[in-house]
Amino acid sequence: MSAQQKNISMMSRGGLTALLFMAALVIAGFYRFANGLGSATNLSDDTPWGLWIGVDVLAGVALAAGGFTIAGAVYIFNLGKYKPITRAAVLTAFIGYIIVSVSIFFDLGKPQTIWHLLFLWNPQSIMFEVVWCVIIYTSVLALEFAGPFLESVGAKGAAQVMTSRKVLVPLAIAAIILSFLHQSSLGALFLLMPSKLSHLWWTTMLPYNFFISAIAAGLAMVSFEYIVASAVFHHTCDMSILRGLAKGTAIVLLVYFILRMGDLTIKGNLDLIFVTGIAGKLFMIEMVALVLLPMIMLFKNAGSATSAGGILFPQVFVLLGVVMNRLDILFLVQYQQGVSYCPSFIEWIITAGFIATIAFVYRFIVIKMPIIENQP
Amino acid sequence: MEKGVLVDLTLCIGCRGCQVGCKEWNKRKAAKTSFKGDFTNPTKLSSDCYTNIRFIETKKQGRPAWNFVKNQCLHCKNPACVSACPVNALTKSAQGPVMYNFDKCIGCRYCMLACPFDIPKYEWESTKPWMQKCSFCSERIEDGMLPSCIKTCPTGTLYFDDYDKIVAEAKKRIMDEPNKYVNHIYGLTEAGGTNWIYLSDISFKQLGFKDNIPAVPLPDITWPVLSTIPGKIAGIAALMSAIAYFRTRGAQEEDTQ
Repeated sequence: MSAQQKNISMMSRGGLTALLFMAALVIAGFYRFANGLGSATNLSDDTPWGLWIGVDVLAGVALAAGGFTIAGAVYIFNLGKYKPITRAAVLTAFIGYIIVSVSIFFDLGKPQTIWHLLFLWNPQSIMFEVVWCVIIYTSVLALEFAGPFLESVGAKGAAQVMTSRKVLVPLAIAAIILSFLHQSSLGALFLLMPSKLSHLWWTTMLPYNFFISAIAAGLAMVSFEYIVASAVFHHTCDMSILRGLAKGTAIVLLVYFILRMGDLTIKGNLDLIFVTGIAGKLFMIEMVALVLLPMIMLFKNAGSATSAGGILFPQVFVLLGVVMNRLDILFLVQYQQGVSYCPSFIEWIITAGFIATIAFVYRFIVIKMPIIENQP
Repeated sequence: MEKGVLVDLTLCIGCRGCQVGCKEWNKRKAAKTSFKGDFTNPTKLSSDCYTNIRFIETKKQGRPAWNFVKNQCLHCKNPACVSACPVNALTKSAQGPVMYNFDKCIGCRYCMLACPFDIPKYEWESTKPWMQKCSFCSERIEDGMLPSCIKTCPTGTLYFDDYDKIVAEAKKRIMDEPNKYVNHIYGLTEAGGTNWIYLSDISFKQLGFKDNIPAVPLPDITWPVLSTIPGKIAGIAALMSAIAYFRTRGAQEEDTQ
């Protein structure tokens, strides 16, 4: 099945670069745990949450949304066309969530007490809900990933059970429930800050905005990954899959755009765009350049694209748009006149190291296990 | 009995005795500061500074004047930080103080973002960092003593008593001298009410108080999200099961391979 991949060595130039970044991550990690957050990061009382929460956690969780979206499309909506990319989408999500958990460990002031989350419950806390959904969802992803793993070690009987519909359909339903809860709750984290966040973002709809934009990010990520993996592993892209994903992303973006603009109009907050200050400008970039523009391009190219290029470009814009949305919110809730935050060298190294780890582990598993099915 | 403090800013003379009293009782390190053309010193709250007096230059009857603002945790009646903490490291006591438990804290710092008044501060330089803020001297209150800053205040700016009594007193002072005070008790409705409330002779906005804090307890905004989770789980499970059933009805059971 994956004979082609087996010919590809791990020790390519890309693999070695990733290993270099991972080594830097280990060294920077030692420094961070030995010296504390103050000396390793540029975080302060003015900006308690920085690059790691913004990129590794908030954006990372959104970008990993492809796992539940594609599994749901295949096993619940019975869209068999997408079956060839299901395992890759689940794998990305699985690696993504493990890295998110490790990032949280790096970011906590007292990481040695992270286990408190399991025993000291506060059901009033949105953070409590996020943590539990992420823990359970990562377990669901592990079960979804068990199939290809068991196949690769030759446990045929067990693999057959784990890849049967009787197992995968309930897992896909659990994945959608848990993802809805924690993707939306990452937005609900900011519901506590109506006085800090511009009401171009702050609305009681914020949890739903997070969930819907995460679906768009997930679809865009799966497309991006499919195109890049095809190039790396010398497959031909199945254009009907890419066109379907493009159409799906465009529809989700349209729903997102209508909901957000409609909500702003109904609540009379639309004029905040023109209030002087940075919020209005960020909002315009986010909504016009990174939602409307890629949406139009995707609708236009979804029917006719004959090569991956015309789809790759707008999908990357969608990814940037969702990442920008999360970072805008994190920036604005901590924004004060005369205060600036730029991540420290160590913060950058650790985030880059995590991204390299994701790429390296993904490539390793795709080579070793039956993830990408060969298409005729 | 629930306690509260009425801070009558018109009585403050800016002596900063409260700052010293606070530091002494809580054994906080002194900060090395420098003159920045502003008499507020230290300029910000920090993990070693639970309270400070902000010096604000104003004009009264055409003449330059000072206004002084005491800054510390307002001890919300229904605090955002307490609802935010995933491990119950923050609790609201029956007597009013919002209290912190280092042993439970994991250092996620969500309380710092959740607080509408930006009160929690962090020991960034430590490898076993505490979140630090005014504790309302909860251990002193329990033993029937006054909080340290209030004990130190020589002018009666800080009036400590049962919460109902300090609210009644605040209303009475505005009623008795409507020309002296602005008709606003800061903290009576802000964030659903705080155990520390303020009176002032000029608008609170001018004194740097936040004027856009909603009048509802902030946890009331997130509770509807959390309390409806069981319903959402049941709803999505039912909907997805139905879709899975109808979309694959008639199709042969096929196993993925």
